[in-house]
Amino acid sequence: MNTQTVSASAARAYKSDVKPVWCPGCGDFTVLSAITKAFAELGLPPEQVAVVSGIGCSSRIPAYLNTYGFHGVHGRATALATGLKLARPDLTVVVASGDGDGFSIGGNHFLHACRRNVDLTYIVMDNRVYGMTKGQPSPTTEPDWDNALTPGGTGLRAFNPLVIALASGANFIARGFSGDPVGTARLIVEAIETPGFSFVEVLSPCVTFRPDQRDWRNAVRPAPVQPTGDIGAAARRLMTDDGFNLGVLYVGSRTPYQTHRTAAPVSPSEIEQQFAV
Amino acid sequence: MTENPGIASVADLLAHAHAMESEAHERYLDLAEQLELHRNVEVATLFRKLAQIEQLHVRKILDRVGALELPHLSPWEYRWLDDEAPEAASIGEAHYMMTPHHALSLALRAEQRALDFYSSVLEGGGNSSVQELARELAVEEREHVELVKTWLAKYPEPGADWAEDPDPPVYQE
Repeated sequence: MNTQTVSASAARAYKSDVKPVWCPGCGDFTVLSAITKAFAELGLPPEQVAVVSGIGCSSRIPAYLNTYGFHGVHGRATALATGLKLARPDLTVVVASGDGDGFSIGGNHFLHACRRNVDLTYIVMDNRVYGMTKGQPSPTTEPDWDNALTPGGTGLRAFNPLVIALASGANFIARGFSGDPVGTARLIVEAIETPGFSFVEVLSPCVTFRPDQRDWRNAVRPAPVQPTGDIGAAARRLMTDDGFNLGVLYVGSRTPYQTHRTAAPVSPSEIEQQFAV
Repeated sequence: MTENPGIASVADLLAHAHAMESEAHERYLDLAEQLELHRNVEVATLFRKLAQIEQLHVRKILDRVGALELPHLSPWEYRWLDDEAPEAASIGEAHYMMTPHHALSLALRAEQRALDFYSSVLEGGGNSSVQELARELAVEEREHVELVKTWLAKYPEPGADWAEDPDPPVYQE
């Protein structure tokens, strides 16, 4: 038999032996599955892929993959990945983060990663809460989310990651939903294939601290418009976006930033000597 | 069932069947691992059993495939009736305190979706070889539906307080 289909077993080959510790029902399981499906579809050799993350539930993803990985410092995943991609442009570098890690602690890095437009794919699993540290509101939390920690809600305007990505220069901007694993896998494939900084927000419910998000399945819908390469048109679409339109919003044509380094690579031992005391 | 997935050949249908059973197998394994981690041994064991059954179904499909070359299909090129392979149990419906009743209800919905898929191929008409195979696969899925129903009958629906955790996750400042 010759099955060239991207089978579940082909995707599973990208998973490591480490078992996820997420809560059953967590959206991040499906995002992990979508990432492995995307890698399988692209036929990426695991040793040619690096997945870099920060801190949080979603940032555990590198451990669950059979590729190279770096579970980095809180909020600094895009900075780490930028350095890696510039040093090793031959690698496919994917960054995984959550809404707290990516938009609060790493908010400033997010802006500049978009602006620099290094060829990275940034996947942010957005559940609008700090799940790992037990339910504090995050930058994307709705202002009126009423819970024991913030009675009546924070009253703070929610951070809009797609608006910020567009304004800051990301070259590919999309939104997926963990309840749509096939659609999410497709977005990740397109994000990796698009040169430059690709940003994919994936709505990924936290079933433990935001059980209300199980209803997201009924709220999401495919965006009624096709992707655009016109920043103005994309911005106008975002003005009427309620946060539940899925699909590719914007695909730009900016040339990715590269160093065009000509000097010979420095060996790890040479770097080590520079820091010797 | 009114939607016709537009399956044009036996190889196309087998590609769908293979993906469907493989996804179901992988999904039950994932669910078993999740529940094992949360010390819900009874449900984890059940999911492992379901994974084993699906693995047998994968082998049966591969036997049917034989030397036939299946077409390359990207994940989004499968013509499922819903967002993903129909027999894959919905991962978003898992709960750390779920009971065998919930697990088997999940499995029953998955088997029913698989049956609906083959029924839609049958109702779509077209190629007689495709129809014949779809009919055979639909018969098998109907048997699976009945099997899960029999199994489910042994586990009555738990009380409304099934998810009441004496030591629940607590919001923390």
